[in-house]
Amino acid sequence: MKSYKQTHLQYLETESIHVMREVAAQFERPCLMFSGGKDSVVMLRLAEKAFYPARIPFPLLNVDTGHNFPELNNFRDKRAEELGAKLIVRTVEDAIEKGIAVPVKGELSRNRLQIPTLLAAIEEFEFDAALGGARRDEEKARAKERFFSMRDEFGQWDPKNQRPELWNLYNGRVTPGQHMRVFPLSNWTEMDIWEYIGQEKLELPSIYYSHERQVVRRGGQWLPVNDLQPPKENEEVQTLNVRVRTIGDIMTTGCFESDATDIHDIIAEVSAARVTERGGRADDKVSETSMEDRKKEGYF
Amino acid sequence: MSTETDRIELLRFTTAGSVDDGKSTLIGRLLHDSKSIFEDQWESLQRSADLAGGAEVNLANLTDGLRSEREQGITIDVAYRYFASPRRKFIIADTPGHVQYTRNMVTGASTANMALVLIDARNGVVEQSKRHAYISSLLGIPHMVVCINKMDLVDYSEERFREIREHFHSFIPRLDIRDITFIPISALKGDNVVESSKEMPWYHGPTLLGHLEDVYIASDWNLKDFRMPVQYVVRPLRDEYHDFRGFAGQINGGVAKKGMEVAVLPSGKRSRIKSIHFHEETFGEAFAPQSVVIQLEDDIDISRGDILVSPDNLPYTTQDHDANICWMHEEPLALGRKYLIKHGPNLTKVMFREVVNTIDVETLEEQDFNKGMGLNDIGRVKFKTMVPLVYDAYKKNRNFGNFIIIDEATNATVAAGMLRSPEKPAPVPEHRDYEI
Repeated sequence: MKSYKQTHLQYLETESIHVMREVAAQFERPCLMFSGGKDSVVMLRLAEKAFYPARIPFPLLNVDTGHNFPELNNFRDKRAEELGAKLIVRTVEDAIEKGIAVPVKGELSRNRLQIPTLLAAIEEFEFDAALGGARRDEEKARAKERFFSMRDEFGQWDPKNQRPELWNLYNGRVTPGQHMRVFPLSNWTEMDIWEYIGQEKLELPSIYYSHERQVVRRGGQWLPVNDLQPPKENEEVQTLNVRVRTIGDIMTTGCFESDATDIHDIIAEVSAARVTERGGRADDKVSETSMEDRKKEGYF
Repeated sequence: MSTETDRIELLRFTTAGSVDDGKSTLIGRLLHDSKSIFEDQWESLQRSADLAGGAEVNLANLTDGLRSEREQGITIDVAYRYFASPRRKFIIADTPGHVQYTRNMVTGASTANMALVLIDARNGVVEQSKRHAYISSLLGIPHMVVCINKMDLVDYSEERFREIREHFHSFIPRLDIRDITFIPISALKGDNVVESSKEMPWYHGPTLLGHLEDVYIASDWNLKDFRMPVQYVVRPLRDEYHDFRGFAGQINGGVAKKGMEVAVLPSGKRSRIKSIHFHEETFGEAFAPQSVVIQLEDDIDISRGDILVSPDNLPYTTQDHDANICWMHEEPLALGRKYLIKHGPNLTKVMFREVVNTIDVETLEEQDFNKGMGLNDIGRVKFKTMVPLVYDAYKKNRNFGNFIIIDEATNATVAAGMLRSPEKPAPVPEHRDYEI
């Protein structure tokens, strides 16, 4: 007797690919947000599989905050080239110069400044859909996010006015000015991502693995030391074997001590972990609903 | 596509309930005992409990992430939660239980393998449990587990358990449920949730988690009747794939085999499957719900929206339809107005002709005097589409008898529906094989 069963990773892969094909079919000008981070590495793999042997039918878009880890940017450029994909990069630096993004004094992270930069890029290229790698298990405000998430003319998300989403039927209709954020990885957990990276033997930026780095202890976490973020007077710079679990702005992405040098070590570490991955990101700690607030403004 | 050594399956289940029936406690217990709550989430829960002044940690704060939900202390939307045991991965669609959130219950039910119905042992079967059972049956969820909760508050009484089970059984005949299991639990104390209860030696069945891990779900998909709506046409436009023309889609039912004859609907043309692709590999067969790319032997004009089916077992192809729907929008259904219907990849115009009846979701009685459909109403309607739809009855295939209704003016999704067999099935036209 033959068994027609899917493993959980096959199920999730099937679902995500269905979503990506819907995007390619329902929208005129979609793009895929690709940072080089682990979730977007999985996104790229799924897009590759969804349309194979044809090339990925949309460009890759990245908002460079100027606070990106250099390892990440190098990896991003290399992957795009390998796939023969078109890569569009828009920088926060540029957006500040043009007056689109306005920095506030004392604000360290450029998370907030990413928002107007991204919205300007979406407008510039008239993208009607932007595929992102956000997952529902990351954060409470994401738990109710749809696969197809509508944004109004101001790029804003209205959590109270979301379209019901049933079965695998996705309503991608937008009017001019609106656009759709689409999240094919909605149902994946952090562990699924790591397992898939292991199963598919996907290459990752080196900072996900253990490496030596100068760090300081600040706000209960190890923060990387660099030109943007010199140590404060009373802080002691230490050199430790660290890695990152999730990558955001270099100013707020916490590192943690780890000797994990390959994917199997990481999976073992994640299964033993006692804090969520975003627990390493100071930007989420501001208030109970800080993610909800940023999402409403147009964050990923 | 099943060569991995890792055979962990995914089970999706839905819960429904209000603040008092212990739903959050049960979910919290499952997450906590399977070590799926992290310390920072736990701290955040405690922090919000302190702020609210109450000493108790409210697990609803784990799922009720939106500010308006916290302010009102209720779940207003479907929240998806994830946890894993060593044997399975789980996705919970956690929905509110009140009548005014029927649409959310329907949404959560649409993708579930199993419905988890919670009953407070002190109160027995109440309207809400009936409503959840009814919606689960309407949405064709294949498995149901009824957890009789708060057994600790009725002295772990076997008699009480049996009484409730019998009461529940009394209205099951009105529903269409294939597989149902009753488990006496205490979510608060942990009896029969993850660990077997020492307090109820009279119960010999599985714990809730044991049942979630064991229930057989591979046959939840229709594996008999091959159907694949073409979602996207893959044309590589590269020298090495010069003649490649693949039809990409998610198989909605049945099994596709290399060499198998297929009919292309609605045109009725026939061909054979030349090859089945997924990424760099080719396969001898593929099954629901896999997403694949299929090439046919003949060069037939096929585009998004065409359906590949097994020719010895054709679906309906009609313009006049009979369906159960749930209305999901504040603005009520307007007869005679044009809407859009999305069925698989197809989008066409639709006009409702008649509301046959609506269901009183409190008594589960059909009422034919109320001829309107407003927010959260469930009922049976008749309608006509501008072009024929190719479909199976929802009862036969959940993924090929389903549709959503979209308001043309606002693009809002206003209803979800489940097609019934047409009253007088239109004779399927006998298609001749075309000379190609």
